[in-house]
Amino acid sequence: MAPALDGPVQAALVQYLLRLGDDRLVLGHRLSEWCGHAPILEEDIALANIALDLVGQATLFLGLAGAAEAAGRDADALAYLREAIDFRNVLLAELPKGDFAFTIVRQFLFSVAAYYRLEGLATSSHGDLAGIAGKALKETRYHVRHSGEWVIRLGDGTSESHTRTQAALDALWRYTGEMFLADDVDATLVRAGVIPDLATAEPKWLAQVTGVIERATLAVPPSGYMQRGGRTGRHTEHLGIMLAEMQILQRSYPGAKW
Amino acid sequence: MPDSPDAITEFEARIAAGETIEPKDWMPDRYRKQLIRMMSQHAHSEVVGMLPEGNWITRAPTLRRKMGLLAKVQDEAGHGLYIYCGTETLGVGRAELVDQLLTGKAKYSSIFNYPTLTWADIGAIGWFVDGAAIVNQTMLAKASYGPYARAMVRICKEENFHKRQGYEIMATLAAGTPEQKRMAQDAVNRWWWPSLMMFGPSDKDSPNSAELTRWGVKRKGNDELRQRFVNLTVAQAVAIDLKLPDPELRPDPATGDWHFGPIDWDEFSRVVHGDGPLNRERLAARRQAHSDGEWVREAASAYAAKHTAAAAPAAA
Amino acid sequence: MADDGTPAPSDGQWPLWEVFVQPPRGEPFEHAGSVHAVDAESALQNARDVYTRRGEAVNIWVVPTAAITASTPADSGPFFDPGNDKPYRHPQFYSVPRGVRV
Repeated sequence: MAPALDGPVQAALVQYLLRLGDDRLVLGHRLSEWCGHAPILEEDIALANIALDLVGQATLFLGLAGAAEAAGRDADALAYLREAIDFRNVLLAELPKGDFAFTIVRQFLFSVAAYYRLEGLATSSHGDLAGIAGKALKETRYHVRHSGEWVIRLGDGTSESHTRTQAALDALWRYTGEMFLADDVDATLVRAGVIPDLATAEPKWLAQVTGVIERATLAVPPSGYMQRGGRTGRHTEHLGIMLAEMQILQRSYPGAKW
Repeated sequence: MPDSPDAITEFEARIAAGETIEPKDWMPDRYRKQLIRMMSQHAHSEVVGMLPEGNWITRAPTLRRKMGLLAKVQDEAGHGLYIYCGTETLGVGRAELVDQLLTGKAKYSSIFNYPTLTWADIGAIGWFVDGAAIVNQTMLAKASYGPYARAMVRICKEENFHKRQGYEIMATLAAGTPEQKRMAQDAVNRWWWPSLMMFGPSDKDSPNSAELTRWGVKRKGNDELRQRFVNLTVAQAVAIDLKLPDPELRPDPATGDWHFGPIDWDEFSRVVHGDGPLNRERLAARRQAHSDGEWVREAASAYAAKHTAAAAPAAA
Repeated sequence: MADDGTPAPSDGQWPLWEVFVQPPRGEPFEHAGSVHAVDAESALQNARDVYTRRGEAVNIWVVPTAAITASTPADSGPFFDPGNDKPYRHPQFYSVPRGVRV
């Protein structure tokens, strides 16, 4: 067990873990929507693997968040009994799955960012957090490879696939900045020595993403205003609808065991 | 070229001696055709079978259930894939097989034309449908055609968790609130009879059974397998206090089997021939996925054609 | 049945590859099955996703199905029968003095 933290640091840790957990829960859910509807059987299986990794990571991060919060909520209570305004995922994760290009480009943009964050967190002084991050890092490495290879094939495939992939990139780009926003939560944890400073994650992300985009014969979208809000519960309209579906049984039968 | 009687005699002697038939071995044309029909139907069933359960992945009630169900539906994609690959060893490409499914030329197990109305249906499918499939596939793991038998061995190993998962869901619901128990019993009522139909018509009415048995593809008859499934399931239902919807169900002391009532073969025939509750929706969903994915499959092929040398992996 | 939709396009499902996986503990590679893929990297990824979901492997080989040369049933007599009557290739063929472990 990690040593007890000061109240404000502990509160920041809970928020931080919810962000990590919610990103993965929401994105994993979106990916799971492909199961049975992918372009080819091999890809049904591949996307389900990534979705399972993400929901698994979410379960661990939310479980740790619940323990840190010490209010009697486990991972399921956090996943199934919070309102949209209490979710802390980035907006990027909650957007509807779109076409295959949209799903793949989002996965790639997210996975590379997740990779550099997890790489830092694997060195956290918080043993449980470092442990989960280390496990998730391995999985994420494969997600980067799978989605990256697809971005290259779609970008450099046919003119239709090129157009679709560029459109996905253009639509998603304005949601990428939020993945690197650092606020008081991050600052508190960095100051307390719980997590390392992750300021270098964004330039590393941009370099790697740019490399793949160029190999895919696509263009990096111009930088502009970056949408934000997910980290403070200001979401798109899509999240509430997604949660209405996801939470229906827990909401309809309070207290039932499944 | 017609199959010579000598060749058939030699082939049947090999089967009788328990040898497996491998892709390049000589085989009667009928054997090849029957296998392609049977294996592709089996593969189609796995793939269409993803849809009714996939319907609940986004609504699974806990994280554990969500992962369990997703992993199960994913396995079904895998099983479809294994069996398609086995079928391809008989000289027919997957594109052609998929086309036969999407154009309605090929059949798939009609159980997947029924809707999943509540979460309990996910339990009932795992318990009954996978339970029935395991009984059938355990037999097929000894099929005379090597690639089919080997695919079945792998599938049986993986599918064990499906049935346990389904039964655990049902046991949990049956021990839950009155609403949950009602949900569970309702699912049992709807899925029991279609599950018994999964074994196919009685052997005496099954046009393919005799030939498939003679050639060692099927080692047991439909009725025998169905009876085995009923015998296994009755005690499981009793253990969790759910009632199988058959007033005639009783032990038969003469045979040691559970006697069960008559199956509604008219319903079976109706669903097989396209008038089940969701035949059109199931095929439409598969067609949609296939046509939505066309540009993706083309893109990958176009990329590979441009970069003929084996692609190097991107740095992760 | 199913006359209510447009005809399905009969497009490609990509070429076939054979997958060999090595179980943990350094055992020999074993044929696991096949996948469809457009190139070696995708074949490797598909093989990983399809055939190693339960920790079955520590290494994977993929090879285009078309690149495999196999013996045929006609070969089986001349190829394999001669191996059946060469007892001197097996240790039991040789005797050693009683009580000595060799």
